[in-house]
Amino acid sequence: MSHAWARVKASALASRWRGGVVGVTVGALGITGLRALTARVPVRGIDARLIAALAAAKVTYRATRFLGRGGGTALPGVIAERVDPGLIAKIARTLPQGAIVVAGTNGKTTTSRLLTEILTEGGYRVVNNGAGSNLSRGIAASFARVSSPIGRVRADVAVLETDEAAFPAIIAAVHPCMIVLNNLFRDQLDRYGELNSIAVRWGTALAALDPGVTLVYDADDPVLCALAEHAASGTVRVPFGLGAHRYGMSALTHAADSIHCPKCGAPLRYHLLSVGHLGDWYCPTSDNARPPLAFAATDITLKGMEGASFAFISGEQSSPSVSTTAIQTQLPGLYNVYNTVGALAAATAFGVPVEVARAATQAFVPPFGRIERVSLRERRLTLLLIKNPTGANEVLRLLTAATPAPLLIAINDLAADGRDVSWLWDTDFETLADYPAPVIVSGIRAADMAVRLKYAGVSAERITVVPEIADALIAVAECAMPEADAYVLPTYTAMLATRAALSRFGALADVWATAEHVGR
Amino acid sequence: MYSLRITWLYPELMNVYGDRGNVRTLEQRCHWRGIDVSVVRVSVGDDLAAGDTDIYFFGGGQDREQIAVAADLAGRLRDAVWQDLADDAVALTVCGGYQLFGHHYRPWNTQAETPDAVPEQGELPGIGVFDAVSDAGPGRFIGNVLSETPWGTLVGFENHSGRTFLGEGTHPFGKVIVGHGNNGQDGTEGAVTRNAFGCYLHGSLLPKNPAFADHLLGLALRRKYGANIVLAPLDDAAELRAHAAAATRARQTH
Repeated sequence: MSHAWARVKASALASRWRGGVVGVTVGALGITGLRALTARVPVRGIDARLIAALAAAKVTYRATRFLGRGGGTALPGVIAERVDPGLIAKIARTLPQGAIVVAGTNGKTTTSRLLTEILTEGGYRVVNNGAGSNLSRGIAASFARVSSPIGRVRADVAVLETDEAAFPAIIAAVHPCMIVLNNLFRDQLDRYGELNSIAVRWGTALAALDPGVTLVYDADDPVLCALAEHAASGTVRVPFGLGAHRYGMSALTHAADSIHCPKCGAPLRYHLLSVGHLGDWYCPTSDNARPPLAFAATDITLKGMEGASFAFISGEQSSPSVSTTAIQTQLPGLYNVYNTVGALAAATAFGVPVEVARAATQAFVPPFGRIERVSLRERRLTLLLIKNPTGANEVLRLLTAATPAPLLIAINDLAADGRDVSWLWDTDFETLADYPAPVIVSGIRAADMAVRLKYAGVSAERITVVPEIADALIAVAECAMPEADAYVLPTYTAMLATRAALSRFGALADVWATAEHVGR
Repeated sequence: MYSLRITWLYPELMNVYGDRGNVRTLEQRCHWRGIDVSVVRVSVGDDLAAGDTDIYFFGGGQDREQIAVAADLAGRLRDAVWQDLADDAVALTVCGGYQLFGHHYRPWNTQAETPDAVPEQGELPGIGVFDAVSDAGPGRFIGNVLSETPWGTLVGFENHSGRTFLGEGTHPFGKVIVGHGNNGQDGTEGAVTRNAFGCYLHGSLLPKNPAFADHLLGLALRRKYGANIVLAPLDDAAELRAHAAAATRARQTH
């Protein structure tokens, strides 16, 4: 998360804010005082601590915006949770249609925002923690923004993107009616420890689900299938995945994670391998295989950077109730077909008519740096977030299939990026060896990226190191002809820096414009 | 024309932390000098004959994968590896690979933390190239690393729960400047026995430490072609910039 404003001290903020009585109260008492005071004021039907927490969050939100410290996605939540640690559980309980929790290594932001759009189109008032603020504090901030001062929630349903490590605690707090699991890939091992330890913690959490929770999961991921199988009895399982398509890979990439049978340990095989270790998998020795899909995408056509189309199948393909809907999306790449079919499956299982979902999907614009198009000096820049080997491999697959254009790769190693840049060596940058356009590297670990490209076989004269991201953006734009494309591949905090620089250049209207929390 | 064979042990199973960059570095630094190089991947069930290998590489993996690898290595490959290393073949082992080149590795609380279908497991056998034992402890050592070694200051990134302690028969590979090293206690990093090296440095290690990469290549070439082999110099400006940046980062972040 953005460190510049996370560092702002709560007390300093509150005392600097003189715009309202509540602000003065927070400043005078401090959070501890507020907690102590509210604990001693029992009023029937009124939760004083919750009210204080919501007030503190609102004040902080206005103050952070006022001070220009960011989008208000985390700090208000930090403060609100300090006043009332039970905030997200209490608000979630009052949501008339409950909460949907979305988790997975790759695509959770895209999936949760698309799902938010579809539900909104379906007439629901949706609260969503946007801008990738996917820890408990981000959810608290989003809840605070849609609640009345006494904690009446002005939303029907929550769509909550959650961090992999925070997922067990968040589902324990919000008791979701639906969980959507995208995939589990190698990502930020320095933060999460090993991949298996996340899977184990997820498994424990899913085994303890309330009866009747709908579990929508990508059945192309063998690990998720194993977790779903061991979910609590009474869980409604909704597997989704990709049907037959012509974009399969001939072999697993080096970065592929879960290539062994979760049941017997034998190496898995694939009828069709789609992304990383995701595909139509089966075990050659046990009877373990991908389960029949409740929802699937078939007849997929990828249209380079412009998007994709596919047929959305609901109902098992042999069943009489099967229905097919033609889907168009602006989201490019096979990995985004997964995200889209996941959101469609969740929305359909939630009860949104598929025609409504189809229209919302077609209109959906990719979120916040994931695939974002901006104009800089008359060049068309496409921002493509990279954060782990499998995700980065898919981005490389996408852009090597598109028209060649100058590239900027910006690598940071802050906490939100992962401190360890070893993952660059698991990513197949070798696919850029013969890429016929210049490559600029930038960010805190620009020098690492330059070495990675050198050993990938990119000739030295095509690599330029421009450490400052703002300078690098200008440089990559100027490598392209006017009206032509350039591609920007930043890690998470490099993406924030990219957007901040683009905002300063006037290329983005509001750097936090897509960080809004509530659907239309 | 000189030629070298690199044997990459268990590449599909021990592939988690970017250690592939080490193999890529050895390969490219041979290419750039006109040295013929082949990389042979040896995994569970594959054959390995003594006498074919000039350089072994063995990277890090997750505990779960290490279980399958340990059994195969100790059960089938041990003798060939031992014979080659006794004959001064070169080896670089990192993290999980380093642990299994010691006497044993004991994962942390394996039974409780491992998903279904993984057998109950205590100590994983190593092949004892290094006089070292590794036991996982609570909590992981994670962060940027600087180590002082006879081959210069090395930069890397560590991420391990194993605590490794060396016996009398093995020297440490280096001294910790930044990081936790073998065990967080004695200030040692890694182990060296003859031409076999082990350490906890990911990053990958060799791309940002080109002098050490060339040390390994030099050992392998001199063993095979005679003591007077000298490696042609390369332009390492990019590598040295990355080394310097990583060293700065290690000092800032620790």
